[in-house]
Amino acid sequence: MKEVINPVVTEEREWRKQQRKGRMKAALTISSPLMLLVLWEFLSQSGLIDSRFFPPPTQIVSTFTSLLTSGELFSHMGISLFRILAGFLLGVIPGIIIGLCMGLYAPIRHFVSPLIMALMPIPTLALLPLILIVFGIGETSKIVTIAGSVFFPVVINTVAGVITIDSIYIDVAKNYGASQKDFFLKIALPGALPVMLEGIQMGQAIALLTIVAAEMMGAQSGIGYLIWTSYSAFLLKEMFVGLILISFFGYLFSLLIRALQRKLLPWR
Amino acid sequence: MTNLERTPKIRIQDLTKVFYKKQDSMTALDNISIDIADGEFVCIVGPSGCGKTTLLRILAGLENQSAGTFSIAKSSEERPLQSMVFQERGILPWLTVEENVAFGLNMRHLPASIVKERTHYFLNKVGLSKFARMYPKELSGGMKQRVSIARAFANDPEILLMDEPFGALDEQNKYILQEELLSIWSETKKTVLFITHSIDEALFLSDRILLMSSQPGKILKEIKMDLPHPRKVIDIRSNPSMAEKFLDIWSHLQEEVQESRK
Ligand SMILES: Nc1ncnc2c1ncn2[C@@H]1O[C@H](COP(=O)(O)OP(=O)(O)OP(=O)(O)O)[C@@H](O)[C@H]1O
Ligand SMILES: [Mg+2]
Repeated sequence: MKEVINPVVTEEREWRKQQRKGRMKAALTISSPLMLLVLWEFLSQSGLIDSRFFPPPTQIVSTFTSLLTSGELFSHMGISLFRILAGFLLGVIPGIIIGLCMGLYAPIRHFVSPLIMALMPIPTLALLPLILIVFGIGETSKIVTIAGSVFFPVVINTVAGVITIDSIYIDVAKNYGASQKDFFLKIALPGALPVMLEGIQMGQAIALLTIVAAEMMGAQSGIGYLIWTSYSAFLLKEMFVGLILISFFGYLFSLLIRALQRKLLPWR
Repeated sequence: MTNLERTPKIRIQDLTKVFYKKQDSMTALDNISIDIADGEFVCIVGPSGCGKTTLLRILAGLENQSAGTFSIAKSSEERPLQSMVFQERGILPWLTVEENVAFGLNMRHLPASIVKERTHYFLNKVGLSKFARMYPKELSGGMKQRVSIARAFANDPEILLMDEPFGALDEQNKYILQEELLSIWSETKKTVLFITHSIDEALFLSDRILLMSSQPGKILKEIKMDLPHPRKVIDIRSNPSMAEKFLDIWSHLQEEVQESRK
């Protein structure tokens, strides 16, 4: 006798299998950091690694809460976030404007790009002493340092975004009589946006790298300062709190920019 | 016309295009002269690389001719001269279907009410009203070409230029869109210059077929089509004089292709 097969049941079974696989993947994704933490805790507690250099995570967490309740952490976080945000904007906005101009006008591109190419390889941090001399030891110098490092990936990606717009879209705009302004708003900007946002994502990552280093070298506050002074005073738990904060902010910012990308590019 | 010579809608005179690169020149179009009457549907058929796209791009103002002139008669001040339907990828991915159809009208900054009305009229014509708010990534190839056609007609230009708009479509889609195009065309009475590889397509659509030679592109021959409108794809298939015309064009093209391979 032939077995009666119900197609819906078959597909339902298949669907459950897919669901199980999905849950499995999610579990794998969170299990690796968890395992690392557990291993770290165990090794540190049992003395297999030196708990002075690698304090167990549970102790880092309690240091974190005490720093948080004393309010010290908030002030460091606040000032770092302010510097990151201000520096980020100061780098991104001119980066986009200059990048669009370079992308749209070949003479400007040919004139400016050698300067960009020459300046780009110099790490902004190497210029920090110079920046400190010019802008003083106040907030401006840190903001400028971040802006300087954010600017380059943004400008380069914006130019690339504009010049890689498919020439057929430019023909369409021309054929339908788009004015300069319409061309800019309806073709150049949306056409360049995907690549531009990649540049902004890169800029965001670089801003975090830069802020920590800049605060280590020339600041009296901020997460980088916290890391550095804690290290110098051999307060390694506090140092780890700073490191973990940076990693958390990096993750948060890239999530934010991914969300921005989805919002701005519904057509992708 | 017996009494007075009707002035043509499009007059192309001795148009020549030479591409020049590093001491090396290549004649793409060689002394092309064509007159196209108002409201006429003309197809250009020719082997690949004979300069069809180049001719259209010159008429569309996207390329400059090397010699010769062309003129497009204007019937009204506010009407744009021409609109082009591009071969593929001609619609803007970051605009919705509706915004794509309205593109030409918006570029001319017409009042919003007119833009809306005309956009909806032509969206309806090509059967895409339901998809108005979607982005092109969600459309099939045939639907994208419909958007492209609606955009060109909505712009209400003096003439329409079409560069193999159905080249990348499958047979069935092609037939459906050809009939749709003819029905919009007969309603709007536009002058159309249409490029195609397909002899069937040219036979079905045109009032007149121009055969082009292989490079350098020249007009070899013209064939008058006297099939009445409205036409159905079936009519072409069942009409014996069409088979004759097909063979005539086919043999000409064969010769040209042979020629270009020598
Ligand atoms: N910008 C350009 N620079 C140099 N040569 C060009 C340029 N555009 C076209 N050509 C040459 O001109 C000739 C005609 O090109 P065109 O695109 O007009 O052909 P076509 O008839 O449209 O061909 P197809 O049917 O394959 O689309 C080709 O040999 C092509 O290589
Ligand atoms: Mg072509």
